[in-house]
Amino acid sequence: MSDLYNVSSSPHVRSKDTSSRIMLYVILALLPTTLFGIYNFGVKALILILATIASCVASEWVFEKIVHKKSTINDLSAVVTGLLLALNLPPTLPVWEAILGGIFAIVIVKMMFGGLGQNFMNPALGARCFLLIAFAADMTNFAIDEYTGATPLAAMRNGEVVNTMDMLIGKTAGTIGETSAIAIIIGAIFLILMGVIDLRIPGTYIVTFVIFIVIFGGNGFDWNYITAQLCGGGLMLGTFFMATDYVTSPITPRGKILFGVCLGILTGLFRLYGANAEGVSFAIILSNCLVPMIEKITIPRAFGLVKEGKKHE
Amino acid sequence: MGILTFKGGVHPYDGKDLSKNKPVRELLPKGELVYPLSQHIGAPANPIVAVGDTVLRGQKIAEAGGFVSAPIFSSVSGTVKAIEPRRVAVGDMVKSIVIESDGEMKEVEYTEVEDITTLSREEIIEKIKEAGIVGMGGAGFPTHVKLSPKEPEKIEYIIANCAECEPYLTSDYRIMMEQPENLVNGMKVVLQLFPNAKGVFGVEDNKPDCIAKLKRLTKNESRMEVAELQTKYPQGGERQLIYAVTKRAINSKMLPADAGCIVDNVETLVEAYNAVKYGKPLMNRIFTVTGDAVAEPQNYNVFIGTNYAELLEASGGFKTECKKIISGGPMMGFALFDINIPVTKTSSALLCFTQDEVAEYEPTACINCGRCVEACPELLVPSRLADFAERGQNDIYEKWHGLECVECGSCSYVCPAKRPLAQSIKTMKKQVLAAKRK
Repeated sequence: MSDLYNVSSSPHVRSKDTSSRIMLYVILALLPTTLFGIYNFGVKALILILATIASCVASEWVFEKIVHKKSTINDLSAVVTGLLLALNLPPTLPVWEAILGGIFAIVIVKMMFGGLGQNFMNPALGARCFLLIAFAADMTNFAIDEYTGATPLAAMRNGEVVNTMDMLIGKTAGTIGETSAIAIIIGAIFLILMGVIDLRIPGTYIVTFVIFIVIFGGNGFDWNYITAQLCGGGLMLGTFFMATDYVTSPITPRGKILFGVCLGILTGLFRLYGANAEGVSFAIILSNCLVPMIEKITIPRAFGLVKEGKKHE
Repeated sequence: MGILTFKGGVHPYDGKDLSKNKPVRELLPKGELVYPLSQHIGAPANPIVAVGDTVLRGQKIAEAGGFVSAPIFSSVSGTVKAIEPRRVAVGDMVKSIVIESDGEMKEVEYTEVEDITTLSREEIIEKIKEAGIVGMGGAGFPTHVKLSPKEPEKIEYIIANCAECEPYLTSDYRIMMEQPENLVNGMKVVLQLFPNAKGVFGVEDNKPDCIAKLKRLTKNESRMEVAELQTKYPQGGERQLIYAVTKRAINSKMLPADAGCIVDNVETLVEAYNAVKYGKPLMNRIFTVTGDAVAEPQNYNVFIGTNYAELLEASGGFKTECKKIISGGPMMGFALFDINIPVTKTSSALLCFTQDEVAEYEPTACINCGRCVEACPELLVPSRLADFAERGQNDIYEKWHGLECVECGSCSYVCPAKRPLAQSIKTMKKQVLAAKRK
């Protein structure tokens, strides 16, 4: 017998795509809104961003050390979580609270459930909701520099008129990364072009939400109102960057559509009838919990299989 | 007809430039030739020669072991040296006839048919059966069985699988370039069996030269047409090809004939023509030796039974260190730990890579990205099926239609976490099917 060669089951070639490359694309796509957030809110925003990223990466590394698992920080998913968490925080939040949020996101929401790919809830949003409950006042204090405190959504609730142009550009109060619709959409287009996300979830989310507020919003079909609702709060950031989170959204094609519909309805409900003006975070983590059910009822029918009772011609 | 395709699929690097412009060269075998008795789907053939017998080229050395089986012929003249288990491409030891060539290529006499159109349906099928023709694209399904559906008048399409969607392979391409007339003649023979069928040549659009040639040759053939297919793997998968050409979808429980189709590979049609017209059994095949580790990639006309090592030697051996050798294409071929195996009726290529892409990556956790779902031509959810397979959950595996998997490997190819999805799913499929047979 001559030399032995490597053997493995087919296929013997692999695409160049890797998990860490996908995470890198997400980070790049978040850069426009991150940079805008720093420009809009100043150095405080930058400090918070660095603090949450560091806290997420460090807690993943430490946790894996303690439980004797191979370190997975190189897959960059902790960086994505940290960055997303910061973008969901008000720029005025005390740094130690942000760090605590990062630890909660990684240790409680992600690692406790088995690490990357196993968590059922978006870690950044899980941590945001934790912080909202634990530090309600700090988490809803948006007063910084020129902004007096009321986010456009809260202002609209109080019957004030908002400037939709400012909202598109992002010159409003809000969390670090949610204010500029344009910056978020630039990142989203990049992700779509790179094949990282598709429009199934964001598309149905937005369409359902718009239909919901047109019917129940009390303003009918009013462009200004609709634009303000879409650009206000965390909807843009949530729909393109958090509802599309692979791990916590359905994998089945029809499941993605159903997931988007759930998100649209829940966001509409929370925004119109909830205690807060905002509802995206809660809508997403609640829908995350529905994912196993959604997948179960949307198992795709395999190619060439026909519906029961329908004869093949 | 526009450009046809199916849903899903992947675009791996095609590597065909290495060998596509190398004309087919005949390669005479040197030493012993090995003929495994199982080189087709169905019952193994039974040897009808004994050790010490002298045989001629074209002489039957093993007869079909049943209806779904095929006879085997010696491709050289020489002496039967042994009948013993030998290693084949899939790694198994298979009982084989070993013949020492005398180098003289003394051949039996064949009876040529003047006018094929005078032959009856039964005569044609008998000739194909007696020539040992099987699907040469890789599956090895006996062609005479395929050509004997229950209701021949219900067959509406004879599809020539000219897609050659596997990367690196160029044997079908060379046949279409060098002997397209024989391909068209093969189609004519098959069409004679099915009065209500039309013949379609399904060619991927990365082979415009073949499309042009076939279009010119079939210009005056009212029952034939050329279909341009999108270049995408696995366009040449039987179910995907049928769908692309006819928009009819078949599942694992159906035969192509249930959708009024019969699909045959390029070389199978050519050999069927040789069998019917010239009475020649299947003794040679076109074979590609390629890959970045090979000094001179080549296409050969190989005598079935030839050792792979002789083919590699004829191609100048390795030019750099070779990590992995594969029998067949990179998507569905078999990795070999040892090169000393024989060319069979279904071997299409020897691929030699300087890199083992599979070993380069460590599989990591699934991130649920859904790329495998988008790639699966059977519209399955490979990541979940692999999970069920790893946990041994037969029922859920079946509920998520795991048995429909065509084993094309597209899921493993696209997986960014580099998980061996196809491997898990294939293994589970075998287990579930075995449990059902009990």
